[in-house]
Amino acid sequence: MTRLALLLTLAFAAAIALPLVAPGYLVDVGMLVFFLAFIGQSWNISGGFAGQTSFGHAVFFGTGAYTSTILQITFGWNPWLAWPAAMLAGAIVGWFIAVLSFRAGLRGSYFALITLAFAEAFRILANSLSFTHAGLGMLIKADPRPANFQFKDPIWFYYLALALCIVSLLIAWQLTCGRLGARLVAVRENEDAARALGIDVFAEKVKALSLAGAIAAAGGTFYAQKYLYIDPNIAFGVDKSIEMLLVTMVGGAGTIFGPLLGALALTGINEATRTLASIVPAFKNVQPLSLIVYGVMLILIVGRLPDGLARLFRRVDRHA
Amino acid sequence: MLEVSGITKSFGGLKAVDSASLDVQAGEIVALIGPNGAGKTTLFAILAGFHQPDAGRIVFDGRDIAGLPPHQICAAGMVRTFQITQPFARITVRENIMVGAYLRIDDRSKARDRAEAVAAQVGMAAQLDRLGADLTVAGRKRLELARALATGPRLLLLDEVMAGLNPTEITEIVEVIRAIRASGVTILLIEHVMQAVTSLADRAYVLNQGRMIAEGTLAEIASNPAVVEAYLGHGAAEVMRA
Repeated sequence: MTRLALLLTLAFAAAIALPLVAPGYLVDVGMLVFFLAFIGQSWNISGGFAGQTSFGHAVFFGTGAYTSTILQITFGWNPWLAWPAAMLAGAIVGWFIAVLSFRAGLRGSYFALITLAFAEAFRILANSLSFTHAGLGMLIKADPRPANFQFKDPIWFYYLALALCIVSLLIAWQLTCGRLGARLVAVRENEDAARALGIDVFAEKVKALSLAGAIAAAGGTFYAQKYLYIDPNIAFGVDKSIEMLLVTMVGGAGTIFGPLLGALALTGINEATRTLASIVPAFKNVQPLSLIVYGVMLILIVGRLPDGLARLFRRVDRHA
Repeated sequence: MLEVSGITKSFGGLKAVDSASLDVQAGEIVALIGPNGAGKTTLFAILAGFHQPDAGRIVFDGRDIAGLPPHQICAAGMVRTFQITQPFARITVRENIMVGAYLRIDDRSKARDRAEAVAAQVGMAAQLDRLGADLTVAGRKRLELARALATGPRLLLLDEVMAGLNPTEITEIVEVIRAIRASGVTILLIEHVMQAVTSLADRAYVLNQGRMIAEGTLAEIASNPAVVEAYLGHGAAEVMRA
């Protein structure tokens, strides 16, 4: 435990100091890592702890992004105020999908496909409705003032992403040392046994998905404020769903640090391959080199390290 | 404490349980025996809320619980174990038992204390840090018992906790079950190991093809012709008497 505390303190200090010493490019990469770790934690709560694999987590991400953006553009809300509203919307969508699918008794791959269907349905709706500006997407007017949730210096987005990441780690840590987390894991491991031991399996799954929805939606708002533009594909596209699933699976589903480790690994690979492609002529035309490496990595992880990278730190990650 | 009357349950055309009745008084150990496929486990599943009965009443502590979901029945104080053990495989024995303890305890360290006390009670203190998946058959059976016990029940439904154990292990678990009863928990158990049934149970019910065919003390049951025939086949009772 003390070794873990020391490691975390060092990592935290490094994360705080990074923007002060590193070039701007690395600050952006770091922001991306923390952002991915944050939205990955959303998947981790419902998919990793509670074991309800989803292929459509983008439905929450997009709900958050669109809710805060619409409130801001159409109704003139301050984005800071729209943020909790977006989280609430994400939680409601999570609650709704959970009630619908778990009442119907959907499990495993059936549930995963239902989430994918919801994300696709939301994408198509966002693509055709006028209040989401359809396929044009929504542009947030640049007005870089902190009161506006926009920053001139990207350092502030970096620190905000770091803060979100830390909050997500704290949530996961709270889960592992409390009753809710123990119940979610019991549901994942064996629903019948959980039921026999007095757990309302349905209610616990609904809680997990609502919480996951709120977190992913918070990530959606963050994304919209950072890039000031969203469209149906960015917000509800399958890419986001896969990203959230991938960082968690690679890092270690059902562990506190899994999404962070996965986000570090995947972002690292992404940047490394991009650099490689730009300096080695032979790779120049192999466009998404990172996707090939992702694929290989996923195969290796599933085959050799099914518990993810966190397994390598087992003694550290396992709570006392 | 538990009064079951006229429970019937069909699956398709098969009547798995046919108008079965039994009752259990507080402080008793009651055995439910019968040949394979008699419907014992189905009856347990109905009592614990895993199946809805087609007909019949289940009154637990004066309250009709037929039709309630399993978690509410567990919260009311009646908990089942599984014949085919269902450990939470990828968490430790301690965490497994804590899931049960969390039913009535909110605080983590108190739940852990409770889990460790229960583990000691069933003789699992040395295995607290093993994963559920790494246990032997005997270990899994004890874990079933420990998890159920950790929920703080007043009535335990034990489904073949001795099947697959060797004689030494059976002797040990018989002692554990006795101690559980002595601590004030009433027990209804399904068991095939007759040595255990005779040494533990105050009374027994015999279920055959979904029907309750006999009830009484072990001596009464052993001499009941209907029971002998259910186990050994038609005409066996006469042969035995001869």
